[in-house]
Amino acid sequence: MSAVEDVVTEAPAVEAVPKRSMTLGYGTSLVVLAALILTPLFVKNFIIFQMTQILYFGLAVLALNILTGGSGQFSLGQSAFYAVGAYTSAILMEHVGMNYALTLPVAGAICFGFGFLFGQPALRLSGVYLALATFALAVAMPQLLKLGYFEHWTGGVQGLVVTKPDAPFGLPMSQDMWLYYFTLAITIAIYIFSVNLLKSRSGRAFMAIRDNEIAASAMGVDVALYKTLAFGVSAGITGVAGGLGAIAVQFVAPDSFTITLAIQLFLGMVVGGVGWLPGSIVGAAFIIFVPNIAEGISKGLSGAVFGVLLFLVIFLVPHGARQVAIVAQQLIGKLKKT
Amino acid sequence: MELFINQVLAGIATGAIYACMALAVVMIYQAIDHLNFAQGEMAMFSTFISWQLMQWGVPYWWAFLLTLALSFAGGIAIERLLFRPLAKAPILTNVAGFIALFAIINSVAGLTWDFTIKQYPTPFGSSPFLGSQLISTHQAGMIGVTVGLLILLYLFFQFTRIGLAMRAAASVPESARLVGINTSWMIALGWGMAAAIGSIAGMLIAPVVFLEPNMMGGVLIYGFAAAVLGGLTSPLGAVVGGFLVGVFENLAGTYIPGVGNELKLPIALALIITVLVVKPAGLFGRPIVKRV
Repeated sequence: MSAVEDVVTEAPAVEAVPKRSMTLGYGTSLVVLAALILTPLFVKNFIIFQMTQILYFGLAVLALNILTGGSGQFSLGQSAFYAVGAYTSAILMEHVGMNYALTLPVAGAICFGFGFLFGQPALRLSGVYLALATFALAVAMPQLLKLGYFEHWTGGVQGLVVTKPDAPFGLPMSQDMWLYYFTLAITIAIYIFSVNLLKSRSGRAFMAIRDNEIAASAMGVDVALYKTLAFGVSAGITGVAGGLGAIAVQFVAPDSFTITLAIQLFLGMVVGGVGWLPGSIVGAAFIIFVPNIAEGISKGLSGAVFGVLLFLVIFLVPHGARQVAIVAQQLIGKLKKT
Repeated sequence: MELFINQVLAGIATGAIYACMALAVVMIYQAIDHLNFAQGEMAMFSTFISWQLMQWGVPYWWAFLLTLALSFAGGIAIERLLFRPLAKAPILTNVAGFIALFAIINSVAGLTWDFTIKQYPTPFGSSPFLGSQLISTHQAGMIGVTVGLLILLYLFFQFTRIGLAMRAAASVPESARLVGINTSWMIALGWGMAAAIGSIAGMLIAPVVFLEPNMMGGVLIYGFAAAVLGGLTSPLGAVVGGFLVGVFENLAGTYIPGVGNELKLPIALALIITVLVVKPAGLFGRPIVKRV
């Protein structure tokens, strides 16, 4: 019981003003959007590639955020859904010859089904048990992808190489830049979808389940349906993120989707602030840049530096980027008054 | 039939490894209500300490005892410094803390002792046990130690004051505090004991899987599977679960076509999920009753 209750006591703001506290205001959103659109025009290709990475990792973190922040369920197994999405896109592009943009909805749909089915056994589990079951899924996934039966399609241990798409209609853009804007467009679309989802009837049902399952079912929320639905939606978005990831790095192999990836996504959510959707991007930036910074501080001890940084986040800002944003907002409010 | 018996014996031998690890997992789960994802790394680190002591010329059994004491102290120190402040934090934060601990220990061990595979001595020798080709004296010794450990733990929890206090603190903390038990120190004690049991597991496993910073990855997952199968609330269940998982793994590898070494891990995981779905309390665990 503790898990579900804890989330509630930790995030009372979510209940009071769900719309404001789970999203950004219009002004801030526009500023962030403008920054995301304009920055690539001034930076090198490699940085554009890293920004693309932040976007699709951000999507994966956002998906986990809907599951955990929205419906109060745990998952350490997001890497499995990510892998299924990435492989779906890669196989469709390389074996079937489908257009890269069209593979993404397919990846999303397949992952939605997969997540929905996985949600069935997960229904009976909560807290630590659910963490364990999803953890098991994440560990098993690379082994399953290496299986001989699927080797014809998955390329076995070798993986699959994916060709990078060119900018369409003869637009004067580098491949990286085109891919960045393509990813950005999808990210924005999914972000808006998620915000609206959480504001909708289904979103309120998710949050009711998170806050008190028994009360929710007493009010007529179909707990089983909405819990599995949350798993499905989360897996579907993760699948799209995985497909984008496969296109961006041009390569899929079983060992890119180990438990490490699942842990990274989980950390991204904790750092960004559970239940705060814009935090997903901050969390994604954390998991992409901080290991590099850690390696810069000490090559041999990068894991330790990473761990220490994580402990610092847990102890100093337990609500992640959301807490920082709230403090900043209050400061600005005070400045305006004086 | 002979193949069957042989496979069961071999399964029990590997099962002893899982049983040891599962025992440590259950210990900590009893004390803090969380699964410690860094448990395997803590055990690995303890094993490295004992190896270092032996490199410095300390005889095996002294190194063994010293490591046990150091691990116990280390477990308590980790709890006091890092996890006590998180006691009231949500479960998510705790899991993130375990992951951070995992990364730190793994990386420090890798830097100190590098990632090459090292031989680790066994006190029991590795000749065939009672003329059997399948169980070596080391594996027999391992089974003996695991069972002995279980009996000791049983006596400790059943017949000592402090064992009783630990059980009280784990099941009803508020009432335990009212009768004068220092529940916070009981949790620290649980961490210490889990670390010590983990170090025994590590030192017994190391001769089989060899010593290196990543040696515990697979073992911990089987340990989880064993603990879940036996029931997370029961030390006896953990040990029985460990042996069952070992036997199951071997039999599945022998009799189900297509299950080679590469599928053994997914099988353990499928087992975890099946048990969680069919009987979440495990074979020997108490079902958890929720109050509205």
